[in-house]
Amino acid sequence: MIDTLFYRPQGLFDQLASLQRTLSRSLSADGAPGSIRSAATGNAPPVNVGRTASSIEVYAFAPGLDAGTIDVTIERGILRIAGERKAAQHGDGSVQVYANERAQRRFMRALSLPDEADTSKVEAHYRDGVLRVSVALQQAAQPQRITVQ
Amino acid sequence: MTDSKEITRTDAAQRGLDRPRDDSMERAATPPVDIFEDAGGITLLADMPGVARERLDVRLDGDTLTVEGAVDLAAPQDMRALWAEVEVPRLRRSFTLSRELDPARIEANLKDGLLTLRIPKQPQAQPRRIAVQSA
Repeated sequence: MIDTLFYRPQGLFDQLASLQRTLSRSLSADGAPGSIRSAATGNAPPVNVGRTASSIEVYAFAPGLDAGTIDVTIERGILRIAGERKAAQHGDGSVQVYANERAQRRFMRALSLPDEADTSKVEAHYRDGVLRVSVALQQAAQPQRITVQ
Repeated sequence: MTDSKEITRTDAAQRGLDRPRDDSMERAATPPVDIFEDAGGITLLADMPGVARERLDVRLDGDTLTVEGAVDLAAPQDMRALWAEVEVPRLRRSFTLSRELDPARIEANLKDGLLTLRIPKQPQAQPRRIAVQSA
């Protein structure tokens, strides 16, 4: 059941999207300029998106945050997740740093929701460092059973 | 000399080159870490989002410290994936400890997907000041 979330469907557009992400990653690694809107990719938390019969589920992987400081907004069909990661506390005295890979500083991630999302019914939960945002689908977009007369 | 040898081993482990050939070894992503050292020991922070305490495994094999966790999103049964940037539901990373560290006193703390490991140094490896006696 969870596997469906982690292994992308192999449709043509998914493969194109995957190719585009791979390309933009390798380009940005070389320092070549990418799109101005994807400039923050290295810092933004990765997201997984799934869909059930009644909702769109967005999972943002952003560990070590205080739930109260995460900013989730929806405006004109754009879901925006923002927050800030505090730098690690190094304490006093002489400290040698050997690795500093974890992103620290403000981050922002924006996703456009499909038209059938009902943005008045949204829930957000933060658990084990994953922010889950559930956006309900409009009644008309949900599958329904028609009684045959 | 000893130090450079240890670093090489750690790098190889991270690239998966010297991993044991074991079919039960599942594919895993490498979590980003912060590592810093003060006089008393080494502190390691690792991002393990989606890993609950009971699905986290911190183990020591000889001088190799391995951190491993399974990502569980508790997704609804009928969910279909539309987009996935985290594609592997497992995180794993190994480190080689040097001898002045005290593996018996490692403390691990997992909160909101952030793992904090404190690895103290052996008491004899901690710096101490020698009082100079005047004659």
